Amino acid sequence: MRITCPHCGSRGLTEFSQQGDASPLRPDDGAGEAAWVDFVHFRDNPRGEHRELWQHVLGCRTWLVVTRDTATHAILRVEPAADVRGRPRGRT
Amino acid sequence: MRYSVWSLIRQGLVGNRGWPEAWRDAAPKDRYDVIVIGGGGHGLATAYYLAALHGITKVAVLEKGWIGGGNTGRNTTIVRSNYLLPGNEPFYEHSLRLWEGLSAELDFNVMFSQRGVLNLCHSDAQRDAFARRGNAMLMMGADAELLDREAVRAMVPGLDFANARFPITGGLLQRRAGTARHDAVVWGYARAASALGVDIVQNCEVTGMVRDGDRISAVETTRGTIRVDKVGLAVAGNSSRLAAMAGLRLPIESHVLQAFVSEGLKPWLDTVVTFGAGHFYVSQSDKGGLVFGGDIDGYNSYAQRGNLPTVEHVAAGAVALFPALGRVRILRSWGGLVDMTMDGSPIIDRLPLANLYLNGGWCYGGFKATPASGWCFAYTLARDEPHELNAAYRLDRFATGHLIDERGAGPQPGWH
Repeated sequence: MRITCPHCGSRGLTEFSQQGDASPLRPDDGAGEAAWVDFVHFRDNPRGEHRELWQHVLGCRTWLVVTRDTATHAILRVEPAADVRGRPRGRT
Repeated sequence: MRYSVWSLIRQGLVGNRGWPEAWRDAAPKDRYDVIVIGGGGHGLATAYYLAALHGITKVAVLEKGWIGGGNTGRNTTIVRSNYLLPGNEPFYEHSLRLWEGLSAELDFNVMFSQRGVLNLCHSDAQRDAFARRGNAMLMMGADAELLDREAVRAMVPGLDFANARFPITGGLLQRRAGTARHDAVVWGYARAASALGVDIVQNCEVTGMVRDGDRISAVETTRGTIRVDKVGLAVAGNSSRLAAMAGLRLPIESHVLQAFVSEGLKPWLDTVVTFGAGHFYVSQSDKGGLVFGGDIDGYNSYAQRGNLPTVEHVAAGAVALFPALGRVRILRSWGGLVDMTMDGSPIIDRLPLANLYLNGGWCYGGFKATPASGWCFAYTLARDEPHELNAAYRLDRFATGHLIDERGAGPQPGWH
């Protein structure tokens, strides 16, 4: 599996670290307990297309949103997380 | 037929033509009291204990492929009960005790070999942590021994004791731990369950669940729709997909864990050695191959295969620990899917529906749990409440905060 970093080009897997599903967004401060439990613990975990957070830790250290097929490992899309996730949120 | 030395001799005299089939390959009926989805070790053990201990025999085990063809056939067959936390250790110790009597109970040689599991430590802090874990194990009724460096050297002389990065300072040994034969476990439970009337239905993939209010009234399969009173999921690796059919989400991510076997060697290692600091563990199979593995690859996957960096990392760990392995060739490698939960511990509980139950979240340690998992899941299915052994494995612990996080890693599945 190789990921094409928008800044550094195609790089090997060992340069990257994965942080799971990119879809859950940090709840607002006033959100109830259920929203936090869901954010911290529960995941869709699909077989197939999955948007996930990766960091190019041994490169430019940019956080990326990688759309990847979990059944085939095919990488469908790579975008800087800052471009697609709006305001910065946890998991740093 | 009861297997014995007499049946062996008798069949030997007639050219082995009289062996009956070990278990019935059943066709699905219209309706069952309990459907267990997943024909691996856990599902078949559940069906066996439902019939043997709870008198529930209108049971079907639905398997999408062939029994034992999923994770049961993809693990490294290690059995141990060396956990620290009270929510875990009594459960795994119960499992180890069931393993000790399993061949006799099932009348099937599961080749349980109590060759010991030795965890290596490399610093004073790690040895202190092992002493604490060993004491916790002893207090909860298991066995544990803290070995010093010379005792480890006497037991496994091939280790690199001169390693500057990871000097071996001792180890935690559980002598009653060991390995078992995975196929035999599956066939042993299948044979015993089938003899009690359980239907084992192969090539029967569940494609949907018919929901009637807060109940599952039937499951849709590639071999037709089957009505049912209670449904148990034992499909670790795919738990989220099955739960999604019932409209539920789980605190689980599916990851890939790779394992390896080397070419056959003469007897070389008579125990199981784990090198946690270097992400490597190894045992030697009865055929002579070294069976080994490391950590999960670290990204969500349903692919049943991993990537080369992990292969390289595991091989590096192998050579760092056992320099003599440098010229041994890897024969095969494969990947299995694991349900990684958010705290690294399993779930055996009813899901938030009236009659749907989950046995999953086994992370990379499901094989050793097979007997107790089936035992506790059968209890939970039959009585609609957990046994005290699986009382901590509730789904609601993720909301109440009663997590069972052996490594203290936090809610990030790849870190457990």
